[in-house]
Amino acid sequence: MVTATQKLTPVEATAADRAEAVVVRFAGDSGDGMQLTGGQFTLSTALAGNDLATFPDFPAEIRAPQGTTFGVSAFQINFGSAAIETAGDAPDVLVAMNPAALKVNVAALKEGGLIIADTGEFSARNLAKAGYDDNPLENDSLARYKVIAFDISARTLEAVKEFGLSNKEALRSKNMWTLGLALWMFDRDRQPVVDWLKAKFAKKPEIAEANIAALNAGHAYGETAEIGGQVRQHHIDPAPAEPGLYRTVTGAESLSIGLVAGAQLAGLPMFFGSYPITPASPLLHHLSRLKQFGITTFQAEDEIAAICSAIGASYAGSLGVTSSSGPGIALKGEAIGLAVMTELPLVIVNSQRGGPSTGLPTKTEQSDLYQAVYGRNGDAPIPVIAARSPADAYDCAIEAVRIAVQYMTPVMLLTDGYIANAAEPWKVPDASSHVPFAVRFAEKDVEPYQRDARGSRPWIKPGTPGLEHRIGGIEKAPVTGHISYTPEHHAQMTEERFAKVRNVADSIPEQDVCLGSTSGRLAMVGWGSTFGPIHQAVRRARKRGMDVSHIHIRHIAPFPKNLGALLKGYDKIIVPEMNAGQLKTMLRDQFLVDARPMNKIAGQPFMIAEIEAAIEEALA
Amino acid sequence: MNEQVKLTAKDWASEQEVRWCPGCGDYAILKAVQRTLPELGSDPANTVFVSGIGCSSRFPYYMASYGFHTIHGRACAVATGVKLANPELDVWIITGDGDALSIGGNHTMHLLRRNLDCQLLLFNNEIYGLTKGQYSPTSRVGTRSPSTPFGSVDRPALPASFALGAGARFVARGIDVNKKLPEVLKAAHAHKGAAFVEIFQNCIVYNDDVFGPFTDRKVAAEKQLWLEAGEKMLFAGGEKGIGFDQSTKTLKVVAGDSGEVLVHDPANRAIALLLAEMPADLFPVALGVLYEDPAPTYESAVVEQNRAVSEGKVADLQALLRQGQTWQVTKEPRVE
Repeated sequence: MVTATQKLTPVEATAADRAEAVVVRFAGDSGDGMQLTGGQFTLSTALAGNDLATFPDFPAEIRAPQGTTFGVSAFQINFGSAAIETAGDAPDVLVAMNPAALKVNVAALKEGGLIIADTGEFSARNLAKAGYDDNPLENDSLARYKVIAFDISARTLEAVKEFGLSNKEALRSKNMWTLGLALWMFDRDRQPVVDWLKAKFAKKPEIAEANIAALNAGHAYGETAEIGGQVRQHHIDPAPAEPGLYRTVTGAESLSIGLVAGAQLAGLPMFFGSYPITPASPLLHHLSRLKQFGITTFQAEDEIAAICSAIGASYAGSLGVTSSSGPGIALKGEAIGLAVMTELPLVIVNSQRGGPSTGLPTKTEQSDLYQAVYGRNGDAPIPVIAARSPADAYDCAIEAVRIAVQYMTPVMLLTDGYIANAAEPWKVPDASSHVPFAVRFAEKDVEPYQRDARGSRPWIKPGTPGLEHRIGGIEKAPVTGHISYTPEHHAQMTEERFAKVRNVADSIPEQDVCLGSTSGRLAMVGWGSTFGPIHQAVRRARKRGMDVSHIHIRHIAPFPKNLGALLKGYDKIIVPEMNAGQLKTMLRDQFLVDARPMNKIAGQPFMIAEIEAAIEEALA
Repeated sequence: MNEQVKLTAKDWASEQEVRWCPGCGDYAILKAVQRTLPELGSDPANTVFVSGIGCSSRFPYYMASYGFHTIHGRACAVATGVKLANPELDVWIITGDGDALSIGGNHTMHLLRRNLDCQLLLFNNEIYGLTKGQYSPTSRVGTRSPSTPFGSVDRPALPASFALGAGARFVARGIDVNKKLPEVLKAAHAHKGAAFVEIFQNCIVYNDDVFGPFTDRKVAAEKQLWLEAGEKMLFAGGEKGIGFDQSTKTLKVVAGDSGEVLVHDPANRAIALLLAEMPADLFPVALGVLYEDPAPTYESAVVEQNRAVSEGKVADLQALLRQGQTWQVTKEPRVE
């Protein structure tokens, strides 16, 4: 369905205003527990009813040498009293646990933003490791910002001294002290964190108590300390939201639940074959805990075995699913072709990361679109869909399963490191409202490659008497599936495989315009995790009266049937992508439209301001 | 499948025309398998042959059961998924020396160490046949081939010792045209777990008679040691046997009546390794079941864990969606 509104929608009218949203970045050594701090702050913020988006940004090294710039781990959260769709451009508040964290993150801070620094870590040695000649807290290099510096380490040690921990153990609670202060600053409830600590350290109650003491001490410090009036308490009102039950969710969580839902709707047990790789592994971790849903997880010896085992499981009647990131998907390429040739259902999840080769394992990018659509030998079409946000990954997972089983085809589902790790509030779907698409296995009177109205072949499980047959990667004759190199057969089967994937377009919604009008001066066309910044940028530009619309494509292969006609209704088309211009090329190829690239290849999400500037330039 | 109906070898042959070179050892293996399956009482509907790529991997097309001709080296990985998804299926893997030990060596190793219940038949012809004769990972040093015109210089892999090293719990050897092959296949099928069977298979076009030094009728008695559990390791018509040399801690050839002849204990892994690696110039080739010592199978452990950890839990999607901390929003969004 196409939505066409020239005037501001209620959503636009309530768009995030700077005054109503705050961006906080926690940064420290990778051993400082910044991801945990951020995660708990996120939970408290969600429970306070704010809309939010997060951006965990951590190094590839598990424990990089302490105090170094490349060992800095950061967690950014944008929260507010109106709709939030990105993790925010520039932080208002930077919590820097050591000199390296300050060094790496200070440039991103908003002019006049607040720095909270732990002076206990600003030793000569740590300053040198971070590459500072001078202590920045003691010269005027931070004059553009407000700086609150005090010895968090010493205050943490003081707060936990009654628990008799070693110095090293006691200092581990620094992150909880800091979190306590942050919770005070934004008027957040401490109880969820206390509950979480008690559960996490159920077997080590003294550690739980020490952390709680540190948390309370940090909170009390905010309440009582005279810190120059620079740190003040903010209260951010709850964001307006559709009534209903909410939770926070990361893309890896929603995707795993979506796969479970998809398997249930198909009425199939799920087989998940995977090999650990950043940032895709959380999916394997989540699913391996859900065996009661009829899920078998298999940590294979390599990426190839991961997909081949999933293909074997699909052949035997399970829903085969495999998951990886770009380098692993490359290894799976030949086997994806086997699934194309044998026409078996398979869901392949690619949590994209910066490439090529090993690239930037922990950084986000969307540069595997060509690989998804074209990256196999031979003419090997497969459907490709892309999730736009952590919450959207749930629906996309169900959609991927539906297409795989209805069209007997491998389906590539694209997410990225940002979606996999970032959290956002999620209105919990009602599982009873999903439409089932139960699979029916063939039982008799059918040929292996006899096609139905969709162009799909029957799914015949081994174990079915009377339907014994052989399949494989060699080209075959139509209908019977017997080996055949006949020129006519190769031409016909190639066309049948293409036709089947084209037919998927009959079962997907038409492309909508998610903000703006169905024609006009400029369309910003995106896919995947660029949704947030494109949407906010278009919203801001429209508020300023600019004729710009936002189109976000979920179904990339095949494209929705109306997409070409829709695009032709705009004078200009810009495609913001975190790659060198892949969707842009596909649109030009398929629709002969003058789509222009806007590329960011930095391992970081777009900032709203960057896209807003591109809109201004295009409409100038 | 109606169990009353007794199947024959013919019932296991598919309608496909067999397309190996005339005289290829694969024909003999195909016949041996088609003859053995009726004796095992196997059900074609419940039997799956999974293969990789190579001459041997055409095998599933010629069996009137379920069959999956996969991609090069990956039969073990596909078979693992098949068996985990449906442990009731009787899974046979058909592979070759290049498929299983070169491009697919990793999967072979992991299938064996996991001990997936299946029969893995490795057709070893010491050559790449389908790609027209290049040397393979089991080719002997000095093998002249299109890719090694001056002779290969790398040392070959020994399939049986590779399997033992990977942790296989059943390792056997047979010869394509030898009448004892069905007995080896039956033993492999009877073994619960991964049963690794190396079959010496003659490639008549690119490596003809490479196994002649121990398969030729004239030398067979002298150069073949057929092992039987609980029986003395005798060959050359009982005139010779295999004994253990205490001074060198290795095997030696002894007189059949010397009283030093070892009795074959298939569960003795150390002796199995020595048998697998007996130098061809001084010893016969050990054939039959070299090693068998059953252990719990991978798929049964997976099924058991899936069952145990699911006990008392309900597959409740609504509850899964609502897990963790949730909050209720009651007010309508404000409209300005």
